[in-house]
Amino acid sequence: MTAAPANDIEFRSVTKRYGTVTAVSDINLAVPKGAFVALLGPSGCGKTTCLRMIGGFEQPSEGTVLIDGREMNGVPAYRRPVNMVFQHYALFPHFDVEQNVAYGLKQARPKLAAAEISARAREALEMVRLGGFERRRIHEMSGGQQQRVALARAIVNKPSVLLLDEPLAALDKKLRTAMQIELQTLQRELGITFMLVTHDQEEALSMSDMVCVMNAGRIVQMDRPQDIYDRPADLFVADFVGKTNRISATVEPDGATLRLSNGMALAARSGLRPGAATVALRPEAIDLVRQSNGEGSPLAGIVTHRIFLGSTAEYQISVDGLGDFLVTADRRSMQEGDLVEPGERVALTFDPGKVHVFPA
Amino acid sequence: MRGAKPTGCGSPVCLTAHTLFSLLGRRECGRHRAAQKFERCRSYRKSKMKPMITDRKRHLVTAALVAPAGLWLLVFLVLPFMAMVVFSFGERAPEGGYQAAFTFAQFANLPSRAAAFWNTMMIAPVGAFLCLIVAYPVAYYLAIKSDPKYRLVLVSLVVVPFWTSLLVRTYAWMYILGSRGIPNLLGMIGIEDIRLLNTPGAVLLGIVYGYLPLMIMPIYVSLEKLDRRLLEASADLGAKPVSTFFGITLPLSLPGVMTGVALVTILLLGEYLIPQLLGGGKVFFIGNALVDLFLQSRNWPFGSAIAVTLVVVVVIVLSVAMRIAWKVSGSRQVDLV
Repeated sequence: MTAAPANDIEFRSVTKRYGTVTAVSDINLAVPKGAFVALLGPSGCGKTTCLRMIGGFEQPSEGTVLIDGREMNGVPAYRRPVNMVFQHYALFPHFDVEQNVAYGLKQARPKLAAAEISARAREALEMVRLGGFERRRIHEMSGGQQQRVALARAIVNKPSVLLLDEPLAALDKKLRTAMQIELQTLQRELGITFMLVTHDQEEALSMSDMVCVMNAGRIVQMDRPQDIYDRPADLFVADFVGKTNRISATVEPDGATLRLSNGMALAARSGLRPGAATVALRPEAIDLVRQSNGEGSPLAGIVTHRIFLGSTAEYQISVDGLGDFLVTADRRSMQEGDLVEPGERVALTFDPGKVHVFPA
Repeated sequence: MRGAKPTGCGSPVCLTAHTLFSLLGRRECGRHRAAQKFERCRSYRKSKMKPMITDRKRHLVTAALVAPAGLWLLVFLVLPFMAMVVFSFGERAPEGGYQAAFTFAQFANLPSRAAAFWNTMMIAPVGAFLCLIVAYPVAYYLAIKSDPKYRLVLVSLVVVPFWTSLLVRTYAWMYILGSRGIPNLLGMIGIEDIRLLNTPGAVLLGIVYGYLPLMIMPIYVSLEKLDRRLLEASADLGAKPVSTFFGITLPLSLPGVMTGVALVTILLLGEYLIPQLLGGGKVFFIGNALVDLFLQSRNWPFGSAIAVTLVVVVVIVLSVAMRIAWKVSGSRQVDLV
């Protein structure tokens, strides 16, 4: 008896080339069973290609894709134990809702009884809260409803992995938030691996328990969402996930002191490689202090813009010698009910432990 | 004037009109009095037309656009057809032609041309069906399998036969099928007495050959429009390629198939040339009967009766075909190529 493989999906040095263009280069990836993984990256980073290689719509130029521990090279899409929610749903326009959902069941060999097909299709529709819509035509459904039909259609075959290609991109913001919660609930109920492709970092961070950031055909970082945010592997991740202030700096020869380009010195964690570096600092890691008397602070500037967001406010601050900074201020951290007005002079303070230093 | 929000559709045109009218001391620009007019205002905005265009002017434009074609159809289609209907109730003048009368004799005489009707009604649909069988794989290859780089060239090749007259090409078939063509070659290898020309088979062959492009094109268009992701979705759900074809591709290309079949069938119902040349008087269509009646025996009323009957049949075939196509595709779009 062989032990069940621990990984649902595995990429072993997978490369995909289209002519001379390399879409995905030398990717290694292991997705444990039951995980909710997000492939996050800008458009053209190869994330969709990865998903399509799992689905069987593309074959890797080099390397191997494994599903459930089985090599999938050369296995056509219709023989793979995965199902996909397509970007624009790709629902069959000539079928009604139930026929769409039942389509996958009808392909099963040996054939299933018509009663069982119908029962399971309805069960899947119930799961996505579309009971009662069985006889509707696709074009009579709203975008959010079509999304649910696509979900029901993809889970009805009980795949071991569900692939989601930008599933929420076409929905409005409110619906998107609701669907994020629903997708998470669905994943817990089904207990199967979800693999989501998205360019929306918020979506990736909020839904998945593992985020895989891709750039230019490579995996840059694979971690839990909070680690991606708190400990970005490089400047690209820091920039792409969340907002970041970038400051050019130099690491002093002692490897523990940072000198920002305006001359300010910072004590950083030791062991840095001396030389040019870029410092990344999250907007919410900075505190603002009003500087009415103009006394010297190493980091000060004038508020140029304020974006009021309700519980927080975002400030754009022109910092002396360093250019524009973005600062997010929690309103409770401010003094009694006040917001800093544009034109006011403020000092910026932050915990040096919260900066990320990347070699330039 | 702050706070006094202008009513109306909010388009720049309306806003301008409002400003003008409020300056003149009127509260409404008149166009916004009724909800209907409000709607019309929106359509003006959509069509980006000049604001002050009147309904009368629009009707004039419509008339100017429709008039040439309308006049042409009236003079050369509607009036002749009415004349034909009148003729069909008349009598043949002793020296040939038409003599006024009111009789159903011509229609009663239709069974005497039953063979022509029978041939047409049998061979036209069969020919269209054979055309479909040959055309579908070609259209499928062009739309789905061919390299997009060469697709335009390949599609253009489909219409190349139209560069030469169908008459010339059908004559070529006469020669190929005639005694000095294929039967001659077969004779050389000992297969004697094969007659190809002047058989229903020859007519069908000519039909498939001549009408193939007209069948390929609409099917190609509907397959080309087919969303490839639907095919991927089908495969993703476990459907083998054959199941995907019969479950997704074929049903979604049916509007094109119906268009092609209807187009070819209708044209075939009036076909004259191919049965004349390749059927050699043995396999003749209604078209051949009409030529015979009008030009040889000069029996205009009977010819008219046959022609009117043919038109009625075509209308019935067309409406039935459209109804089926609408039902299958679930939409009411008419895309005759």
